[in-house]
Parts: sequence; structure tokens; C-alpha cells
Amino acid sequence: MQYVWRRIGALAVTLVIACTITFAVFNIVPGDPAMLMLGTEADPEVLANLRRQLGLDLPLHVQYFKWLKSAVTGDLGISIRLGRPVAALILERLPVTASLAVLAMALTVSIGVPAGAYGAFRRGRAADYLINILTQVGLAIPHFWLGILLILLFSMKLRLLPPGGFVPWDKSPWQAFLSLVLPAFALASHRIAQISRITRSAMLDVLHKDYIRTARGKGLPHRMLIYKHALKNSLIPVVTVAGMQFAGLLAGSIVAEEVFALPGLGRLLLQAIGYRDLPLVQGISLFIALVVVVINFITDVLYLLLDPRVRYD
Amino acid sequence: MAVVWRAKQLTMRNLSSKAGEPPRLSRPRRLLKSQLNIWLGGLLLAAICLLAAASWWGLVPDPDAMSIRERLSPPGRSHWLGTDHFGRDIFARIAYGSRVALLVGAGSTSLAGAIGVVLGAWAGYKGGWWDEVIMRFIDGLMAFPGILLAVMLVTVMGPGLGNTIVAIGVANVPVFARIARGVFLTGRRALYVEAAHALGARTWDIIRYHILPNGIGPILVQAAVTFAAAVLTEASLSYLGLGIQPPYASWGRMLKEAQPQMGRAPWTVLSPGAAIFIAVLALNLLGDGIRDRLDPETH
Repeated sequence: MQYVWRRIGALAVTLVIACTITFAVFNIVPGDPAMLMLGTEADPEVLANLRRQLGLDLPLHVQYFKWLKSAVTGDLGISIRLGRPVAALILERLPVTASLAVLAMALTVSIGVPAGAYGAFRRGRAADYLINILTQVGLAIPHFWLGILLILLFSMKLRLLPPGGFVPWDKSPWQAFLSLVLPAFALASHRIAQISRITRSAMLDVLHKDYIRTARGKGLPHRMLIYKHALKNSLIPVVTVAGMQFAGLLAGSIVAEEVFALPGLGRLLLQAIGYRDLPLVQGISLFIALVVVVINFITDVLYLLLDPRVRYD
Repeated sequence: MAVVWRAKQLTMRNLSSKAGEPPRLSRPRRLLKSQLNIWLGGLLLAAICLLAAASWWGLVPDPDAMSIRERLSPPGRSHWLGTDHFGRDIFARIAYGSRVALLVGAGSTSLAGAIGVVLGAWAGYKGGWWDEVIMRFIDGLMAFPGILLAVMLVTVMGPGLGNTIVAIGVANVPVFARIARGVFLTGRRALYVEAAHALGARTWDIIRYHILPNGIGPILVQAAVTFAAAVLTEASLSYLGLGIQPPYASWGRMLKEAQPQMGRAPWTVLSPGAAIFIAVLALNLLGDGIRDRLDPETH
């Protein structure tokens, strides 16, 4: 329990630092945020008004604490372009990105773990080599290119899946699912390769442990040895990496959403950048960073539950 | 965060050394594999460097020369990889794009390596208060996935070659800092460092001649991994319109511009993506090969 409290303390510190970095990037980096939004040829009076509206005329530390206080209460400011609260805009777009991330993660685990385990099971055989080659390809292929290739094949040639866009879940769950299949697979490709590699090596590592030798000595069938004894223990590092991957999916979806024209958080971020809507860009960046920190914390605690050795470390 | 990092290191080690494999059986095969990786990766990278050099010396056609009559022509003798919607030669644009990819990769990796190693080394060597402050800051930076931090920085600084290098470089600082810290943390407690201290060696000399040479392996491997990631991030940023701007040719931008015509002219999206894929594959193979070579468990 003490370990968990320590981790909660570290979580709080990391959250504050992530907030500070977000504030610093958008407020301390050379350049005037108001001018960045309105352009260098903007009318000085309009610039002064915007500065006052955003609180940019206040001393930096006052701006920071004011911003931090609002952020803690969930108030991420008002979008300049859309005139609506940033938090509401994020919540509106979140379901698309979250569904994409969950589906991509489901694909990652359901393909990556069995592929890695099978590779370890058939080590040195043709299947293992094939999985290894596919893994190298998965690690090197840019997901936005894979997305384009998938659109070419499945949408334009075979006409099986939609090339882009999103049908809301409440309108047609099946269509919503179909519109996420290609982007989720493209986004998952790199992660499937990573998880498969880690599962394979973790499994090979476990297979040489004494307890496996004992189980083998007892005459346990090979298949049972692999799937019952080895896989369970080799999943500990896999869970950690999967947690980190899930955290990274929100940011990864920025590009995937652009390829498939999905109206998620990533596209909102890009639109905000296009409109130079800094409060919105800042709000989305902070939101993604906070989600990453929280997911990493959950992974930490999960690791603790899975591997009791950490508690005595 | 600490446990996550430790687990990542553990899995990274597993990835490279495959610690469970019986050494007698696997050592020659693994040596051969590492050699194969280095050769194949090196060859592919050399081909990309050659392409970049050819464009540098003007051996490649003008990448910006437009020919409306020849727009969207398929690959053939006059245009090896075909032309795009402006009738520009795709091969020439890929060759010029390789210069951008290599420049951004090398520049941002060097920047990330320089800042990260100095920060990590200072934290690991000094320990105590310094370690706490630097590593908490690095933890905070790690909350931002690489592409997000790069997007944030480019938004504020503006797109362009220099800013893209800085943005990707800064986004990759944490991982170098973490590795360097580990190297210096174990290095400063090593017996040979204590011996050097006892002999009266200066701190800077100890770092330069004793700790760094012994810990350079993981930093080099990370450099290869970061180089590959930087090429990918640059392509992503340029695809989003936030990275390299015209008139420079960039693989990511080429893909973005070709996407509307991909149904009529699929070659316009095939070659820029393949170029990114080959560059990243080459660097990944090189990284894997170097890691297998340097890992003491392999030998």
C-alpha cells in the first residue's frame, strides 16, 4: 500500500510538471501568442484586446497560477474560433478517438500476443521466421502509408469498407464499427509488431526458468506447458508495454484521423492549429498528456498487482 | 513511471539478447543474424545516402520542373517512378526528399543525444537533489508522446526545416536522458571509477575516459532507433502540413499531395511511402544489429 501512495505522490508531481510544460511551451517560447493567432499584420488595437481577453497582459506567474487553477477545475478556456469551452469540445470529439484507440488496442493484443507466443512455440521453424519478417515490416511501415494502401485495396478496389469518415455509434453501431476497422488496423500495425516481439522474447526467457524445467520433468505436455505455465508469466512485461502503447494511441491517432477523415480529437487539434486557436491547441495537448500520465500510473499499479516482487524492491 | 521504465528496459534487453535462449546453440546463429542485420541495414542506408548525394551533385532531374502534358504519367523510361499531378518527376522528388529525411534524422538525433546525454549524465553522476529535479522534469516531458510534443513545438515555432529538427530533437531528449542516467548511475559506483578517483583523476577525465566508453553501447543503439523514429516523425509532420514546407520535397508531403489522386494514379502514393519504409527498415535493422553485437550476453 505504501508503494501505491508513493506512486500517487509521483503521479501528482508528474501531473503538475506536465501542466507546467504545456503552459511553458505556449506562453514562454519566443513570440507573442496573440500575434501568433492573428498574424503579424494585425491591428494593434485588436491585438491588445485579444491579449487582455487571454490574460496575456498579466505577469507570467499570475497567468500561470490562474491557468493552473482553472485547469485543475476542468476549465481549459474558451476556443477563440468556435467560441465554446475547450473541455466541451474535447468531450464531444473524444468518443471517436477513444473508440479508435480501444479497437486498435484490441487488435494489437489479439494479434500480437498469439503471434509472439506461436513464434516462441515454433522457435527456429518457418513460422517463426515468417512472424519475424512480418514484425520487422510492421515496425518499419509508416501507419499513415499503410492506411492509404488499405484504402486503395479494401475501399477502392474491393469496395468492402468505407474509405473514410465516421458514422456515429448511436446512428448505426455496425457502420461505426466498419468505419473504424481500417484506421484501427493501420494504427495498430506498429504496436502488433512490438507486442509480438516482446511476447516472443519474454516467453523464451520464461521457458528456461527452473519451474518450467520441473514441470517438463513431471511430464507435462508441451502445449500445456507453453499456454498454461509460460504464457501467464511472460505476460507481465507485455502488460506494461501494452499500457504504454495504449497511452500513446491518443497521440498516434492525430495522423490516422487525418488519413481517414475521422472527426476525433486529432483532427480537432489539427483544425485548431490551422485556425491558430491556441487555447484549443493547448487544451487538447494538456488533455492528451494528462491521459498518458494517468494510464501510465494505472499500468504501474497493474504491474504491482501482477508481479509481487516489485513490492519488495 | 519508474516501474514502467524498468519494465521497458527489461523488455528491451529481452528483445535484444533473448536471454532465455541456450547460448551454445544460438550464439553462432545470433552472430550471423546480427551481421546480416548490419549488412542489410547498412546497404539500404548506403543506397539512400547515395540517392541524397546524387541529388546534391545535380545528377538527378529538377524535382520542381512541372510538365502539365506529362501529369500523372505511369512509371516508364522517361520517368522511372512516374510523375505527380503537376507532372513533376517522382524519382527526383524522392531523391531530394531523402536529403531532407537524412538531414532531419541526423540533426534531431544529434540534438536529442547532446541534450539528453548531458542532462542524464549530470543527474546520474551528481545524484541526490540534481537527480530528483532533472528526472522529474524528464518524467513530465515523457507525458507527451513524441509526435504530440513535436506538433506543439512546431505550432508555436512555425513549420520549416530548422524548426522541425528542433521540435523532433526536443521530443526525443527524455529517452537519451534516461539511458545516460542509467549508464552514469552504475558507472559512478563501478570499481574502475573508484580506482580512477583514488588515483586522483579529474571528474571530466573520469567521465570521458572511463564511464562514457563503457556505456556508449546503449546510447549508440538508441541513436539508431531515434534516427528511425525521427524520419517517421518528420514524414508524419510533413504529411500533416506542419513539417517541411514547399519548395523542399519531403516524403510525407508527397504522400499528402498524392492522396487525392491515388485512385487514378496509385504509383504517386506507392513510392514516397516505400521510401519512408525502406529508410526506417534500414535504421531499425542497423540498430538491431548493433545491439546484438554490443550486448555482452551475445558473446
